[in-house]
Amino acid sequence: MEETFDLVIVGGGPAGMSAAIVAARAGIKTIVIERGEFPGSKNVYGGVVYVHEIEKILPDFWKDKTAPIERIITDSRIVFANDHGAMQVGYKTDRFSDPPNVITTHRAKWDRWYANKAKEAGVLIVNNTVVEEVLRESTGKVIGVRTGRPDGDLHCKLVIFADGAQSPLLVRAGIRKEVKAEHVALSVKETIQLSEEEVTKRFGTKPGEGVTFEILGSLADKMDGVAIMYTNKDTVSLGIGANLEQWKKSKVTPYEMIDKLKEHPMIKPLVDGGQTKEYVAHWLPEGGYDTIPKLYGNGYLLCGDTAMLFNALHREGTNLAQETGRLAGEMAVRAIKEGDTSERMLSEYDANVKNSFVLRDMRKYRKFPHLLFNNPMIFQTLPDVVGDMIEEMLLVDGKSKKEKQKIIVRNIRKKVGLCRLMGLAWRAWRSVK
Amino acid sequence: MHIVVLIKQVPDTQEVKIDPEKNTIVRAGVESIVNPFDMNATELALQLREQYGGKVTVITMGPPQAAMALKETFSMGVDRVILLQDRGFAASDTLATSYVLAQGIKRLEADGEKVDLVICGKQAVDGDTAQTGPGVACRLSFDQITYVTQVDKIDLDARTIVARRRLAKGVQVVQAQLPALLTVEKDINEPRYATLRGIIASERAKVIEWCAADIKADAEQIGFKGSPTWVKRIFTPPPREGGPKFDGPDAVKKALEVVLDNQHFKEAVFGEEGVCKR
Repeated sequence: MEETFDLVIVGGGPAGMSAAIVAARAGIKTIVIERGEFPGSKNVYGGVVYVHEIEKILPDFWKDKTAPIERIITDSRIVFANDHGAMQVGYKTDRFSDPPNVITTHRAKWDRWYANKAKEAGVLIVNNTVVEEVLRESTGKVIGVRTGRPDGDLHCKLVIFADGAQSPLLVRAGIRKEVKAEHVALSVKETIQLSEEEVTKRFGTKPGEGVTFEILGSLADKMDGVAIMYTNKDTVSLGIGANLEQWKKSKVTPYEMIDKLKEHPMIKPLVDGGQTKEYVAHWLPEGGYDTIPKLYGNGYLLCGDTAMLFNALHREGTNLAQETGRLAGEMAVRAIKEGDTSERMLSEYDANVKNSFVLRDMRKYRKFPHLLFNNPMIFQTLPDVVGDMIEEMLLVDGKSKKEKQKIIVRNIRKKVGLCRLMGLAWRAWRSVK
Repeated sequence: MHIVVLIKQVPDTQEVKIDPEKNTIVRAGVESIVNPFDMNATELALQLREQYGGKVTVITMGPPQAAMALKETFSMGVDRVILLQDRGFAASDTLATSYVLAQGIKRLEADGEKVDLVICGKQAVDGDTAQTGPGVACRLSFDQITYVTQVDKIDLDARTIVARRRLAKGVQVVQAQLPALLTVEKDINEPRYATLRGIIASERAKVIEWCAADIKADAEQIGFKGSPTWVKRIFTPPPREGGPKFDGPDAVKKALEVVLDNQHFKEAVFGEEGVCKR
């Protein structure tokens, strides 16, 4: 006898799996279609997972010995870098270790572990399978998907799309528009192998604990790049991302950027001598609030990257995916149990997402992507000026402090202009306040 | 016709590392796959079932996670999968493994399920010994045809099979008596892409598990005790060197001279007595 399913989820990442776990636990017959060899095999991200959203689905998961946690982050730093130096602001506390706030983990391991939790909840996961088409009724209602496998149609009551930022599937189906280059960032990441003791020693942490760095500044040639450096158990993740449009214009290759980053005086001693174990690239949907498509329709829901849910300023994506996945899962349970998967019913999901921190944050930072787009050099100029300023103040060279102030002001004038600097600072503040 | 396919779960060879001290393969952290030649064996079994009717049983010996490999073949459409799993089987070499697999097949026959044909991959990509298949045939006293590239004909009334096997210098057509054991080459077929329904069914498939007692395995012949193999050294064999190369204006003449002087060529043309056959 052929097995039938109530809920089909396209994509086995954190959004899709969160939805799957919630639905299956409520007794909904759920199947996840994943194109990779296993959930996580195609996935890339910065490397941190926020504990709060996962706890809503798996309480106390971090106490589970099988959870693939690399390090618990107790030290977060922001770095403003110019091409020869860097200023750091950091905050370190034991309060973030128990219970943890942020953890680092390898995505391939994490997603796989998370998928196993879904399996335990009764979810059926089909790997190595691409969804090629959305199946609709004559009324336009989505009633299933067509996979690339022979005899590959799946009919169901509701489909959740969690297939990532690019989602050619939804573009073809006319459910979502194609993303524009200016609305995505291309990020590349290297995983650099050291040893567990060496990471602990170099980054000055307790064993099992770690540091995250968000790095702004002129690291990226002619681009507003934001770099990250995260500590894992015995490796360091070093990544850099920039707007796809800017990559295109600058003609710099991603590996050149990473290589340059590795030579920076602040980063070099931390990763020196390490071996590159992995090199990955990923698209980040950083267009912000104004690029979010409609999150629901007749017979379907969108969540995670697919819905362009990403907080570019705070580099948060995974937790938004998990949260909207959970909300989509809850919606699916209610809609399927009540036998109503119409657009009207599913609009409740939209309201729930709007009321959650996900859309509140994205609305708050609504203007941020525009700020970046309209002021292309902001991430270079500002850290550069800050760096020059501090360097001048620290340098003991016989000049009086008054003279130094003059030099600093002159320098700022030369590089940006005082008015422009004030304006930039004001607009930057306005975009996130 | 009842066909049994013997498969092995192996580490993905693209990532294999060798432990320099123990001379064994490092399995930790490496993805497992079905030995690629065994996928061809499974495909052949399915094709023969389509042609001659009957059923296909897939057997493997391995740890509990080897059930994954069995399920992969199940998704292709085999009828039944059996896992021979026992702590006592651990550390078995090809001698002990072929004993365990043969005992598994004997159990099937004891249950009244006569086996007509056993199909294996020509070798496993992790050990590359190509000993287990022939070992099973010997223990069952089955005829065996190794390195099969094509099955020409099976006559179920006369209980015969005709198959082509690859030799270093050509193809040999062999007829054998059923029950027989075949080991197959990669180019015999292209393993099918499982249907979505097949995959869903495989997730729900029941894997039959037999332990050492279930197949009446003698404790002396399995695992470490039953494995006399001692690995002295593992190394990558030197790549084959190409034949001589000729260039320049008289390259063709020189090349012909070498060919004409070749012993095999002479024998083929002139026969062993040195008299031209034509």
